[in-house]
Amino acid sequence: MSIVSAESAGPPGPPGTAPSPDAAAAPAGRAPAPLAPAARLLPALGAVYRAQLSRARVARIPLLFVATFQSVGIMVLMRGVVDGGSEARAVVAGASVLVVAFVALNLLAQYFGQLRAAGGLDHYATLPVPPAAVVLGAAGAYASFTVPGTVVTAVAGSVLFGLPLVHLWVLAAVIPLSGAALAGLGAALGLLAPRQELATLLGQLGMSAALLLGVLPAERMPGPIAYARDLLPSTYGVEALARTFEARPDWGAVGVDLAVCAAVGVVSLAVATLAYRRAAVR
Amino acid sequence: MVRDLVKTYPAARGRRGAPGTPEVRATDGVSLDVGEGEIFGLLGPNGAGKSTLVRQLTGLMRPDSGSVELLGHDLVRHPERASRLLGYLGQESTALDEMTVSLAAETTGRLRGLPAPAARREAGGVLDELGLAPLADRALRRLSGGQRRLACFAAALVGPRPVLVLDEPTTGMDPVARRAVWAAVDRRRAEHGATVLLVTHNVIEAETVLDRVAVLDRGRVIACDTPMGLKERVAGEVRVELVWRAGAPVEVPEVAALRSLAQESGRRWVLRLAPDQARAAVAAVTGGAAFAALDDFTLATPSLEDVYLALGGDTTKGLVKA
Repeated sequence: MSIVSAESAGPPGPPGTAPSPDAAAAPAGRAPAPLAPAARLLPALGAVYRAQLSRARVARIPLLFVATFQSVGIMVLMRGVVDGGSEARAVVAGASVLVVAFVALNLLAQYFGQLRAAGGLDHYATLPVPPAAVVLGAAGAYASFTVPGTVVTAVAGSVLFGLPLVHLWVLAAVIPLSGAALAGLGAALGLLAPRQELATLLGQLGMSAALLLGVLPAERMPGPIAYARDLLPSTYGVEALARTFEARPDWGAVGVDLAVCAAVGVVSLAVATLAYRRAAVR
Repeated sequence: MVRDLVKTYPAARGRRGAPGTPEVRATDGVSLDVGEGEIFGLLGPNGAGKSTLVRQLTGLMRPDSGSVELLGHDLVRHPERASRLLGYLGQESTALDEMTVSLAAETTGRLRGLPAPAARREAGGVLDELGLAPLADRALRRLSGGQRRLACFAAALVGPRPVLVLDEPTTGMDPVARRAVWAAVDRRRAEHGATVLLVTHNVIEAETVLDRVAVLDRGRVIACDTPMGLKERVAGEVRVELVWRAGAPVEVPEVAALRSLAQESGRRWVLRLAPDQARAAVAAVTGGAAFAALDDFTLATPSLEDVYLALGGDTTKGLVKA
């Protein structure tokens, strides 16, 4: 049974209302109402980014501390095993990028997984905001959260292992590019995972992979593991940073590594944007 | 300019449930027309399909069939236009929980397409209007449930829209906050001719604020009229509520006779009776042995809940009366 209530006239209260007496004729021949302007990409991205950064002040600072503490702890442990050379460079670079993996990949995957499971995506989906603005704003904010921890880890590691600090400016490229790659991956995992628990699990696994494959020196790895290491986007951030600890960095190779990060970032953020669009309208 | 607003859902159907559960038609051929400037309510018990209907209207869910037209726009073909026509208040606040009240409102305004200064100005205005200014710098998740709901309502109002869709806006609010919400809704209708679609399962609210109500039950519209018009359908009846001290004295014959007409819930009996029957029932229970067992009784004219029950709604899931 369905009751079409068109005949029941308009509302009794409001003045100036023109009730539609004939529902059949009503939909046709009427100029559509003007649409309110949609939010443009960059202002919307800025608004999401700013809002996400403010969330960090409330909720994320303990986790950022944990991320940094974990990386510094790993370096202290490895200090007893490794004594300089390429292994020391790999350990410091791996521990630094691990901070990025912890926050951008693991925490962002959890955030999007939780947002999706709890219906929080509805809020964004009912606003005229480009999907890319939501994904890029959140990814950018999470990548930004990693800056202090990564810098602290890299400096502490360099001091601990006696590595040169002169080329650490390269972090200005390593953090955003590996941040883009890992945040894109985290966002895509969080939005594609069918359940929230799975998003959390995938984020944790991704971070564990970044930890094991990034911090441990590559030369001692068996073949298949080395291939897995090559598949992990964080590896290229680690390699780029490790190269700059050498006395004469091979800047060409650093550039190639960073270009891989950038490419993975573009692809994974595009996938995450598509995943968002799919998750938002069910 | 907004002209008449027509929303029609012939044979709109809910989606299939998760694999393994039987197909559920969350909305089963719902058709409604809502006029411009109207405060229109969707009333029904939990699971009646109200939220599904709203999700289809806001472009969050595509109906299997049927059409949704909003201010001359076909929202089934262009669901993305919904966000540029309507402001939506959902049941979840997850996306805003960790922001401060003022940032949540301002950010929502910016994402609704306002430039930053305008968003800030409008957010400030809405917070003042709703009495939220003292809480502006508190994070939403540190607020009480009702305050958080009010903050989400504020966010829904920033950035003007000709249509507001509010899914149970006053859940958990104290009377002051409720009044602020209804005043704000009325103001938007009076000043901008806004149309409001309101989901509720609160009967008292439905009676006092709505121009018209559609009663939903199991995915279907079982009635659609003004609250007065709906109540007239059961105008000949009187609602009698009896509350017994311990158990009902069924050894009294008059009480035993009433039992077959009563809806029992614990010590409370609810009866809908013709006026003379009601008089007889009251006479029976206020005298003799029955009166000694009686804790309280009320006689009332029918409410929308009675209408809902009289229309054949599911009697095991009564509407919330708050």
